[in-house]
Amino acid sequence: MHGRPRKASKPEEEAASAAKAVKLRSLQSQFMKNHHDKIYTEEAIELSTKLLEINPEAYTAWNYRKLAVEDCLSRIDSDPNLVNSIFDEELRVVESALRQNFKSYGAWHHRKWVLSKGHSSIAHELKLLDKFQRLDSRNFHAWNYRRFVVELTKRSEQDELQYTDDMINNNFSNYSAWHNRSVLLSSLLAQNADGFMPNERIPDEYDLVHSAIFTDPDDQSGWFYHLWLLDQTLNVETPLLTSSWPSHGSTIILSGAGCLNGSSSKFTTFCSESGSFPLILYFDQAVGGVSSSTVTIDSELKGNEDLVWEPISYKNSQVSCVWVTHLKYVSTDLCEYKVKIRVGNSPGIVSSRGHNFRAPYEFVFTAHVHDTVKDSQEGIVSWTDGFDIWDAKSKDLNSLITLDQLQAEIDFKWRQEAIDSEVECFGILSDSKIGKLTLARLLMAREAMVSDDAVKGVRYEEILQLYNDLMALDSSHYQYYKDEHSVAFLHKMTSSSESLSRHLFRYRGMNNLVCLRLNNLSLSRIASVEKLLFVQMLDLSHNELHSTEGLEAMQLLSCLNLSHNRIRSFSALDSLRHVKQLKVLDVSHNHIGKHSVDTTRYLCSSPLSNSEWSQDDVGRQNPGLVTKYWDAYFVLRDLNLKQLDIAGNEISGNEFSSFVLQVVPKLVWLDGQKLGN
Amino acid sequence: MIDIPPYPPLDPSNYDLIVVGTGVSESVLAAAASSSGSSILHLDPNPFYGSHFASLSLPDLTSFLHSNSVSPPPSPSSPPLPPSNNHDFISVDLVNRSLYSSVEISSFESEILEEHSRRFNVDLAGPRVVFCADESINLMLKSGANNYVEFKSIDASFVGDSNGELRNVPDSRAAIFKDKSLTLLEKNQLMKFFKLVQSHLASSTENDDSTTVKISEEDMECPFVDFLSKMRLPPKIKSIILYAIAMLDYDQDNTETCRHLLKTKEGIDRLALYITSMGRFPNALGALIYPIYGQGELPQAFCRRAAVKGCIYVLRMPITALLLDKETGGYKGVRLASGQEIFSQKLILDPCVTVGLESLSSLTDQQNETLSVLVPKSMINKEKIARGVCVIRGSVKANVSNALVVYPPKSLFPEQLTAIRVLQLGSGLAVCPADMHVLYLSTLCDNDDQGIKALLSAMSNLISLPVPENRQSDSVVENDTSETKPILLWRALYVQELVKGEFGGTISSMPSPDGNLNYNEIVESAVKLYEKLMGSEELFKEETSPAENTTEEENDGGVEIED
Repeated sequence: MHGRPRKASKPEEEAASAAKAVKLRSLQSQFMKNHHDKIYTEEAIELSTKLLEINPEAYTAWNYRKLAVEDCLSRIDSDPNLVNSIFDEELRVVESALRQNFKSYGAWHHRKWVLSKGHSSIAHELKLLDKFQRLDSRNFHAWNYRRFVVELTKRSEQDELQYTDDMINNNFSNYSAWHNRSVLLSSLLAQNADGFMPNERIPDEYDLVHSAIFTDPDDQSGWFYHLWLLDQTLNVETPLLTSSWPSHGSTIILSGAGCLNGSSSKFTTFCSESGSFPLILYFDQAVGGVSSSTVTIDSELKGNEDLVWEPISYKNSQVSCVWVTHLKYVSTDLCEYKVKIRVGNSPGIVSSRGHNFRAPYEFVFTAHVHDTVKDSQEGIVSWTDGFDIWDAKSKDLNSLITLDQLQAEIDFKWRQEAIDSEVECFGILSDSKIGKLTLARLLMAREAMVSDDAVKGVRYEEILQLYNDLMALDSSHYQYYKDEHSVAFLHKMTSSSESLSRHLFRYRGMNNLVCLRLNNLSLSRIASVEKLLFVQMLDLSHNELHSTEGLEAMQLLSCLNLSHNRIRSFSALDSLRHVKQLKVLDVSHNHIGKHSVDTTRYLCSSPLSNSEWSQDDVGRQNPGLVTKYWDAYFVLRDLNLKQLDIAGNEISGNEFSSFVLQVVPKLVWLDGQKLGN
Repeated sequence: MIDIPPYPPLDPSNYDLIVVGTGVSESVLAAAASSSGSSILHLDPNPFYGSHFASLSLPDLTSFLHSNSVSPPPSPSSPPLPPSNNHDFISVDLVNRSLYSSVEISSFESEILEEHSRRFNVDLAGPRVVFCADESINLMLKSGANNYVEFKSIDASFVGDSNGELRNVPDSRAAIFKDKSLTLLEKNQLMKFFKLVQSHLASSTENDDSTTVKISEEDMECPFVDFLSKMRLPPKIKSIILYAIAMLDYDQDNTETCRHLLKTKEGIDRLALYITSMGRFPNALGALIYPIYGQGELPQAFCRRAAVKGCIYVLRMPITALLLDKETGGYKGVRLASGQEIFSQKLILDPCVTVGLESLSSLTDQQNETLSVLVPKSMINKEKIARGVCVIRGSVKANVSNALVVYPPKSLFPEQLTAIRVLQLGSGLAVCPADMHVLYLSTLCDNDDQGIKALLSAMSNLISLPVPENRQSDSVVENDTSETKPILLWRALYVQELVKGEFGGTISSMPSPDGNLNYNEIVESAVKLYEKLMGSEELFKEETSPAENTTEEENDGGVEIED
């Protein structure tokens, strides 16, 4: 029962329960003997009844009864009356067991088993449930069973919805009722049932849950339901393409390794040694089925007929928001190629929730191929100097971050209106923690929906302030608020080319490469990556990052500074394994190796599941070090680093340095020292 | 007056206590005293139980009101005789005081009502209900009188306004949640206030003052209405709390006309009563319940309890005179209308029983002293209560049968000084035939006209009053709106005096029905009197009846009151 304090038992009660235990034990042993000897006589069954009435949790006894029923059925000549009476007896035993403990899994399960045999009337079941739900309206066993009965009786979802109405009206602190409501509504909305069009129904549900939340903001159940509603409002089922690199209408300059002088637009220049460049598609939700048949490429670039698309996902799953392929090019004379991409030309791109990518989308970019003199100079990249303020014309930048807009949905308007009215509504409840959090979430959702440049981004300051307040108010959830604060900050930063350009610099050391500097911002989480696909040099030093999750989408990234963060292990860098261009990595002054137990390692593929490592050279030669530094091994092995900074971590030292040299033989700079080979 | 049938003489003729009148307080007292072992004779001049708390048929109610409203000429047959001197004691004749004035009874559909006349159980002292947690319920449970009464819930309570709108009283968490007329902010403020009260109550019972929020001592002493303002509750919600939950009578915002400005402390007590009432019995719908067959069942239940414990009952038996000791002037006994003289240690009288001033003149000082509680006091600023009873066809609110409606001060007309309470009861409570309802109205007043005016205003707001013949022509438009309003079949209007009880050693006088919605003060006064009579002995102390748990599977909405 909910909200009713447990009473401490008195000595006499304890004595009684001890006596009961003795009796129960003797019953139990007799019963087990019967069960073992497969005795299904009337007395034996009666014994199990007694046992279950005292202890409904004896699930062996329930199973025994199932066997006994089957035994009985096999002995009688399917006389319907006899069959019914056997099952009725089972129902009776379950009912009295439930009276003893209505939260007994075994008893409820047995009842389901009896009913699923189809010999018993189910008319009585809802009435029985009413009785149990009156005792405890939040008994989830009863709710589960109710769903089972509803399915058997084919009771309409509308009737069940009305039932949740009644339960909620009776006492709205009933998470089970709200939950059942969300299940029923999901189904009715998905069917587009009469009177259940999302644009009409969802606003009504908001009204209902407002009453609960405003009446008692301390009660959780309403807030949970509100969160679900918010999800229904924001979640556009059809997957959409959010951004790509190269972006629509852009011109990119491709060159050989390392150098290019006098180019006008630095950040559209991509240098590659391998003669290919990545093509990145970023969807608003995880999708599967991106392939050369669902995405067609029309260009004069040769040799790109059967492209392999790869999902960028650290979970090794076949669905991902980010898909990448590599287009080959040949560095010949100055050449210009037009590339036309059609996404979703033929069906096959499907979201993880099973919705098809419906609106085919086409984008075009131009690639200039420069044949450049190879410059084999491999200087050290310094993060401390060589940065110039970047004086880009915003027009230049626009072509990079102008995103492929959310395709206009027909029912987009009600969603926007719903969020607007929610924002207005929760403004008055923002004196509580959950009120502040909800308002912040709503404002974020609203910003994501705004397409009008004039009002875009105006409420980020408010969001940041709300999360700052929450961090001060509620220290036990500090990290969550901190993360959300970082997300909001990055959304804000990427919301306009003006704010983004404040963080863009030219780095003299790397052919005037454009560097995004997000240092010293106390970021704890990475976000808005879809707008930063162009970034090749990223400074995230002096933040509070725990992991590089999200950076895997930045397929162009070649230099990354993570020094002075809170990285605790190499497995927290796992997502970098997908960033094949990465040459320069600075993870100095983190906490790698400090904590022996590393929770993030569960995100990383475990050494035990990987059979290849023992066949690897390093693995064979030095199994001891690989076992010791397995997380570093997996990450570093897959990267083509030229420069690594690891100093200032617990792990760093001679042993680890020598291990690194074995794993990354091509490394040129380690901790600022040029390696002589 | 009723003709006294020949009565066999009562035996014994000597008692510890004689109680005259079977109203709620007299009956509680008789039950308590008999359970503690006293010998008691309980008399009532009327042919029914309940006195001023009785529930009667329409003709009986009519005749009771008429016979108790005009002062009968002092001793009609024989002029006051000099106190008889034939024994060791003298006798003093008693005079009946009339409690009711401005009685006006009208019937609009006599045939129908006559047909059903015996199917009505109409309360004399309505509107009155029982709060699940109030003192009367505690006493019933303690005494075992609950075995003789069954209750049902009042389904809903409303606040009315001059537009005829009835809005639900959001008195619980679920009711606030469901309420359509409150804004979200108001829901939030109201629930916050309830939580504050609850946490205050919890802290005062559990003594853990550290964690829970308490209302400060300073706030507890200030007027409740100021405290509500301090809590930043909007006027609409303040009015709901003051008049529909705390059930106050006087306009708390008007210090000139307010006879009783409630302190926060008292206000919290009233809310506490309401809140604890809500959750007391699982099968009660809200805070309020009402006895099936009318409120006359309550005194009757206590009388039955008393009878079980040996109390002797005689109805239709007025007392005509008091017998006083010639020497000491002390009380000796009473003379019954049958002529028999009965003696007792102590005497408790119905508020109607008084002595004529003219008979006092011939008495000694000691004798006067003994009778002092029976001398009618002239009061300045006399507060009265105007009551109304309507029998209607239809209901004041669709789909609701038993309901309380409160009109806060000034809600009907600007000069309305006091709250008007209306209680509608239906045939489910066996108080009237099906498809009809009985409506009780009351309001406190300084004079008859003021009270009657207020009641009429509330009536016209709720029901369509019969249009006088000459004005029927222009009622076409009116008909449209009044179509849904219930139709008045019968009406009684009267004003009742509020008489306080008085303890006088051997002779005590009981209070008349008060102006409250519940029985709390009436029962409390009976308990106090009992303590004085019996020397602070606990009521019904040995009656801890073993829980007779007759767990009924399904009941028809009746409220089981059990511990």
